[in-house]
Amino acid sequence: MHELPVTESVLEITLRHAQAAEAKHVNEIHLVIGELASIIDDSVQFYWDIVSKDTIAEGARLNFRRIPAEMLCYDCQTRFFPSSDDYACPNCGSARLKIVAGNEFFVEAIDIET
Amino acid sequence: MTIRVPVVENILSANDRLAADNRQRLDRSNVFALNLMASPGAGKTSLVERTVRALAGQVRLAVIDGDIATSLDADRAAAAGAVAIQINTGGECHLDAVMLQNGINQLDLSQVDLLLVENVGNLVCPASFKLGTHRSVLVASIPEGDDKPYKYPATYQGVDALIINKMDLLPYVPFRMDYFRRGVEALNPGLVTFPLSCQTGEGIQNWTDWILKQLKAYRRSKS
Repeated sequence: MHELPVTESVLEITLRHAQAAEAKHVNEIHLVIGELASIIDDSVQFYWDIVSKDTIAEGARLNFRRIPAEMLCYDCQTRFFPSSDDYACPNCGSARLKIVAGNEFFVEAIDIET
Repeated sequence: MTIRVPVVENILSANDRLAADNRQRLDRSNVFALNLMASPGAGKTSLVERTVRALAGQVRLAVIDGDIATSLDADRAAAAGAVAIQINTGGECHLDAVMLQNGINQLDLSQVDLLLVENVGNLVCPASFKLGTHRSVLVASIPEGDDKPYKYPATYQGVDALIINKMDLLPYVPFRMDYFRRGVEALNPGLVTFPLSCQTGEGIQNWTDWILKQLKAYRRSKS
């Protein structure tokens, strides 16, 4: 797993935006993670507590907003949440699908003290 | 006072910037690069050997091999006739843009037409880390099972070509090709696919023809 480089990257982004906003401290970090994007679980908080030590983001809480995979069928226009072990359209069985959600992987916002 | 600052920045954007630097360096020397990803044992190194031998005399080829430890893979690529560099990731489960930069630094790019980057065997992590290569290729194999697109969607989505290796084992393994292809098609519509066998050599030429075509298009785009 690559929790450590992910955590370091989140820290770099957080500190850059916090400094630009002249923050005294960062309280919370809001992450958006799609089901199809990457496997990042709550253990990132554990890495966070180590890599954020002695920064203004030390002890900040990481909030995960998880986005389920969602697909659109090109053949019958049904929009659906696929099961995790088969992607066929539940209405017509087609495999011609467009992924409309589930690839998100970004820092959405930070809550800071000024 | 507590305020919320909107950020909306992709995680791993620092890696993405370095990957863009790598791409520029490759482009300055007209080096076309492929990132080969697969699970351990799918046949990445066997494919590299086959590719090196098939393209010998036609293109100047270099290989950068990423592995957690040992230089076994680079040794095999070198024995097949390529300039080969081994990168040991020291425990990391993937190559990232910094590691590739270190590998590129050890090559004389002016003597290379085609660079094959063999990523660490892993279907999860390499997908998240761009390297700066021009195309990503996934090597799947029949014995892995037909459910892999569903279990590793990010990897199947992010590639430009798919190899299905070990086709010679299809009669002996319960692998539903329809089910496998349906998952692939949903994640990556129209993905160019090469069923082949590094053991028998069947299908290898379709793959190397594709590389030559891509290489030609790349050069045309730059002249």
